[in-house]
Amino acid sequence: MAEDIIKLIKENVVLGRVNRDDEGIDEGMLGQPGVSELTEKALALGVSPVDIINNGLTAGMEIVGQKFEAKEYFIPDMLASAEAVGVAMEILNPHLAKSGIKDKGKIVVATVKGDIHDIGKNIVSILLRGAGYMVTDIGNNVDPQAIVDAVRDEKPQFLGLSALLTSTMVHMADTMQALRENGLRDKVKVIIGGAPVSEEFAKSIGADGYGADGFQAVRIVESLASAEDK
Amino acid sequence: MPREGILVHTPYERMTNEQVLQVHQASIQILNEPGLISFNREATEIFHSNGAEVASVSSSDNPCWLVKIPEELVLHALDSAPKTVKLGARNKDNSLVMNGEEPRVFFVSGSETNIWLDVDFQPYVKKSDPNIEVMVPEFHPRRGTVLDLCQAAHLCEHLETLDAFIRPVNIQDKDITEDNKDVNKFFASLNNTTKHVMAGLTSLKQLDNVVNMAKLIAGGGEELKENPIISFITCLVKSPLQFVEDTTQTLIEICRRGLPIVVSSSPQAGTTAPIKEGGIMAQINAEVLAGVTLSQLVSKGTPVLYGSVPVRARLDNLSDSYGAPESSQYNIDCVQMARFYKLPCYSTAGVCDTKTPGMQTSVERLFSDILVTLSGPQYLHCAYGLLDGNSTFCLLQAVLDDAHFQMIKFFLRPPRVSQAEIDDTLKQIREVVATPQKLYIRYIRPMLRSGQLSMPYPFEGDGETDNVLALAYERMKQLLSQPVEHIDPATTSRVFQEIPGILSRLNVYEERKEQ
Ligand code: B12
Repeated sequence: MAEDIIKLIKENVVLGRVNRDDEGIDEGMLGQPGVSELTEKALALGVSPVDIINNGLTAGMEIVGQKFEAKEYFIPDMLASAEAVGVAMEILNPHLAKSGIKDKGKIVVATVKGDIHDIGKNIVSILLRGAGYMVTDIGNNVDPQAIVDAVRDEKPQFLGLSALLTSTMVHMADTMQALRENGLRDKVKVIIGGAPVSEEFAKSIGADGYGADGFQAVRIVESLASAEDK
Repeated sequence: MPREGILVHTPYERMTNEQVLQVHQASIQILNEPGLISFNREATEIFHSNGAEVASVSSSDNPCWLVKIPEELVLHALDSAPKTVKLGARNKDNSLVMNGEEPRVFFVSGSETNIWLDVDFQPYVKKSDPNIEVMVPEFHPRRGTVLDLCQAAHLCEHLETLDAFIRPVNIQDKDITEDNKDVNKFFASLNNTTKHVMAGLTSLKQLDNVVNMAKLIAGGGEELKENPIISFITCLVKSPLQFVEDTTQTLIEICRRGLPIVVSSSPQAGTTAPIKEGGIMAQINAEVLAGVTLSQLVSKGTPVLYGSVPVRARLDNLSDSYGAPESSQYNIDCVQMARFYKLPCYSTAGVCDTKTPGMQTSVERLFSDILVTLSGPQYLHCAYGLLDGNSTFCLLQAVLDDAHFQMIKFFLRPPRVSQAEIDDTLKQIREVVATPQKLYIRYIRPMLRSGQLSMPYPFEGDGETDNVLALAYERMKQLLSQPVEHIDPATTSRVFQEIPGILSRLNVYEERKEQ
């Protein structure tokens, strides 16, 4: 039974179906349980959260990754699967905490002041959620002070900043400065991204990492997290 | 005499009249339900005081309102928006007169790329035969500067098909700040081309400086109204259906100053708009109508262009895919909607995904250049010189694009079929078949001499060699060596005295000390 349900979770991750109202890519699936219902059910049946994550969610994402590499899947497919995993992780996180398992961590994301471009930031958020992180998206055109407040209140391990205009990149530096002034700089790892910024720029403002796309965003967070663990 | 552009005699249209009406009605419904979220207080008040239903949907730190725009407001605005818009120019022969009902196309450069691509040619020697040497282009990307912008304007002045200038490069010099960027980009452009200059505004605080500069250059306030040498473009609506706080304010202020403005929306099918054609069309049309309505409520009769930059999402990274055939379909549909409203249309074509000039670039670009031109938009941003999805500008590519537009313009000449022509050629046919050689060759010459035949591709190589880039490079250097008519010394000195923030290295009458 447990195996069956984990298999279903995995299949639904591959199909990118969040819940029963989600047809995925096949109208015929409408009404059948999706990843969120299946995850609830698995927990009710007593399946361990770690099992659900490793053999259901992660195993499903691995197949999605292979299909993406093989150009059978495109980014909308990838995002749908990541979204499904993100929703499942939200359900699982309290259970992980109860059983004393450390969650992967929290990340606050924002597009900086003066900038309303948010498609890239939203993609980064979905992929990070799909990788198991708890993401709080505080929107676009966000003031350095509001970012500082969010870091203080949410206590995330990571902060992701996005900018698409050369005229708003500077507010990334302002935000770094505001974090320093508020004694929060060493409490959070900062990663940045967006078309005009670069690795070099990240270094120049004292950020911890730069990601050219959503996948790199996940990779950089994972590598900063494992460096932290050591 | 204004510029001629090219009149498309039978514009290509995709939608039937019934489909156009369906889109129009869907847009009217969207404007009422769900309406638009407005992050701009003043726009909300303007709509409210004109009868739109407004409700606050603010969160604690982000004031915003839901605005439901009733049909009458839109219809009134469509009534009062001018059907003919004039864009002036320093040289009045370069002004453009656009009539929303007449599919006369003007070709325009555009966008604000961060990267400038330098080109030079280096000799490469064949390993197995060192006697054989070829010249190969090398491309060097770097950040754009204000002097690059001057050069771009200079080249564009001499590109025959280019009718108006939108700055194609983002000026990123160390001494360019948010507070002096607008005056510098407008001055660099105006001083190096006598064609019309359009740009987006970086900082609203700079608007009056820019307008005052334009007044000085045009010869006074009235002269600027009569000959608007500058105009603006604003993306006031962020898809789906949101009035952005700052760009909406920019639109309001520009309308108050009476200068022409493009109300543009740029939804991406699949991310910020429905992926289905009917869906993205209903949404973008609603977004543009919302902007047009606001412009007319601020100031009745403001000259506006129906601005449409719809694209489809790329499937690998969700960036804009201008090269996708759907992007051209949406653009052409928008041209048809604008014509339905009799508003002049700002449309887009020519953007490519490739990173350097070359064969793929030309193929990708020409696909949309031809198709969208055929639909007859009045003001076509056709991305002269742009590469890499609008991230890079290269002068060499702009020269190639000009050659391609010459071909497109030639193609669009009206059919030369009339009874007189037919009678004349029937005579020729009878004459020629009666001769032993049976050849029409001698009739080519008068056609050739009177400019009625298209010329060979200007960058054709000899024999089997492909020398396109090298030949275009020569042409580029030649065009840059031709002078441009700068703003006169007296006006220049007034501009530098009265308009704060313009960098002294842009003054062509002063020694360039810094450089
Ligand atoms: C779509 C778009 C818009 C839309 C935005 C819609 C939205 N909801 O975001 C609209 C039409 C509203 C818009 C408005 C404007 N835009 Co705009 N826009 C673009 C465009 C075409 C694509 C951006 C995009 O969404 N790409 C797709 C996403 C998936 O990619 P991405 O954002 O790069 O994100 C990826 C990576 O960068 C990375 N990433 C992003 N963020 C982060 C964060 C972290 C932490 C990490 C690790 C990684 C990461 O991962 C993402 C996913 O792979 C770009 C062109 C370009 N080449 O970028 C211009 C562009 C950015 N815009 C430009 C301009 C000028 C404007 C306007 C000022 C225009 C105007 N005159 O009104 C306004 C800006 C208003 C404002 N105050 O912000 C210029 C900027 C030039 C400059 N000065 O720097 C560009 C470059 C276009 C151009 N060449 O002219 N724009």
